[in-house]
Amino acid sequence: MAAELSRPRRSRQHWIERLTGTGFALPAFALLIMVNLLPLIAVLYLSLTDYEFGALEAKFVGLANLNKALSDPIIRRSLSNTLLYVAIVLPGSVLLALAVAVLVHGRRRTRGFYEVAYFLPVTSTLIAMATVWQFLLHPRLGPVNAALRWFGLAEVPFLSDPAWALPTLAVIGIWQLLGFNMVLFLAGLSAIPKDLYEAAEIDGVATGIDRFLTITWPLLGPTTMFVIVTTSITAFKVFDTVAVMTRGGPMGSSEVLLYNIYLEGFQYFHTGYAAALTVIFLFFILAFSVAQTFALERRVHY
Amino acid sequence: MGAAALAEPIPLRATAAQTRIRRLLSLLATHAVLMAGAVFMLLPFVWMLMTSLKSPGEIFSADFTLWPRRFSAVENYDRALTTAPLLRFALNGFIICFGILVVQLLVAIPAAYALAKLKFPGRNPLFVLVLLGLCIPVQVPALPLYIALASLGLLNTYFAIMFPFFLSVFAIFLFRQFFKSFPDDIINAARLDGMSEFEIVWRIVVPSAWPAIAAFSVFSAVAHWNDLYWPLIVVSDTRLAPPPLGMMFFADAETGSNYGALTAAATVLTAPLVIAFLVARRRFIEGITMTGVK
Repeated sequence: MAAELSRPRRSRQHWIERLTGTGFALPAFALLIMVNLLPLIAVLYLSLTDYEFGALEAKFVGLANLNKALSDPIIRRSLSNTLLYVAIVLPGSVLLALAVAVLVHGRRRTRGFYEVAYFLPVTSTLIAMATVWQFLLHPRLGPVNAALRWFGLAEVPFLSDPAWALPTLAVIGIWQLLGFNMVLFLAGLSAIPKDLYEAAEIDGVATGIDRFLTITWPLLGPTTMFVIVTTSITAFKVFDTVAVMTRGGPMGSSEVLLYNIYLEGFQYFHTGYAAALTVIFLFFILAFSVAQTFALERRVHY
Repeated sequence: MGAAALAEPIPLRATAAQTRIRRLLSLLATHAVLMAGAVFMLLPFVWMLMTSLKSPGEIFSADFTLWPRRFSAVENYDRALTTAPLLRFALNGFIICFGILVVQLLVAIPAAYALAKLKFPGRNPLFVLVLLGLCIPVQVPALPLYIALASLGLLNTYFAIMFPFFLSVFAIFLFRQFFKSFPDDIINAARLDGMSEFEIVWRIVVPSAWPAIAAFSVFSAVAHWNDLYWPLIVVSDTRLAPPPLGMMFFADAETGSNYGALTAAATVLTAPLVIAFLVARRRFIEGITMTGVK
């Protein structure tokens, strides 16, 4: 009887669901196709042509752009710069954030202060702060070099020496990312049950370092994986500080992939070539993202 | 025997004192390390603020003092506000962040509800597209989007700055997770009461997802207030520049010589977010790190 009654209602509900579901999803669907899917296909296609923005026609050149990019010394240097930047920022911001998080986690009254202090750079406008950093690192006017002189050390031309420019930008990158990673680690730390530590104390795991190695580090594993991947992606997308502080210089020593894409695509309007560079960029981002899904999977199963 | 019993408490008390000293020392060391790090993190902000108060003569002098001897705050801020439309940049930032956020919520919430609770044709392809979209930063579709906007004559408009961000796949993904845990019984009861799906979404499900929406709003506002790459591409008109691009224009115009005015400008453009952060610390930290926690 009940089933008899509910059948027409259920099929009516079924139709309402189909209609409203489609209606609700339609704007998102349309925008996804316009903003993501079609442009993605367009980039892949453009990378196979010699199109230049404003030109009336373009030739199909196959993989010529990609081959040119991969053998172009400028792009090779820029790619290795980008990876070097990641290689400095990744361990720097992850390990320091972990250390800070472990130390901050035990604080009660001062925890709020430290959280604010370390997190502030994350919310600040990096471009504005880059100008400040430029001033801090100024050879004559900046306090950093003044401090070096005071200690009797030689001045360091942080942003005008090819050997120093990229590592300096990487330190600023660490400064910007540290608080973000710290908060992720703090979330991971508060998920570790307290009685594990008490049990360990009974078992004779007494010192802080032992506790860290036997409990904290293994249980933070999934969080750490996740932090490593998101940091790699963020660091790989470095652009702002390069564009404002060094413009890729001196002598190309701080050129990074995204900066080259910007120059080729939107300053020189070599659209086809820039599209090929974008494909290389996307390849790396996707590789990191695959690692991320893997990391997330492990997080869930833990 | 008696002597031994008397002697015993003494070393015990000594170890108690020892552990207390050790604890105190490790606490001191902890704070020393954390404070050193905090100084490194905060130094740029303090230096920015202090420099923006100093006179040019003092900024260029060889001896360094943190506290200004002569205050030139009025000159510096006046110079910054008159040579560049800083307040206009901040206003642009508000307009852009607000515009993006409103459309993001209007588009993502119904779509997320549909994905979480409704069966409809195209649900799986949509979800696959959302997952794909999560992996694609705006720098990838930038070239074709730029060409399309240019050929429509839309460069140098607020619309061009906002358009690529109207759809947040991240918002859809996040809200879907949230809506999925919303009890079906309540939705079915509302349906029996004759509520439309539209009403169910906006009057029942959305209020319950308020923490996720607030957190996402913070995340979105911070991201777009600070975004440089896309505005740099589509905006050349100074009057439309959001804060980072405006700062870049201003720094170029000043050619790096007038640090008093530069730091004053940096202070003005960083202040809104920093103040908002100090006021709503928990929401901010939740919002920005939600990407990692969810």
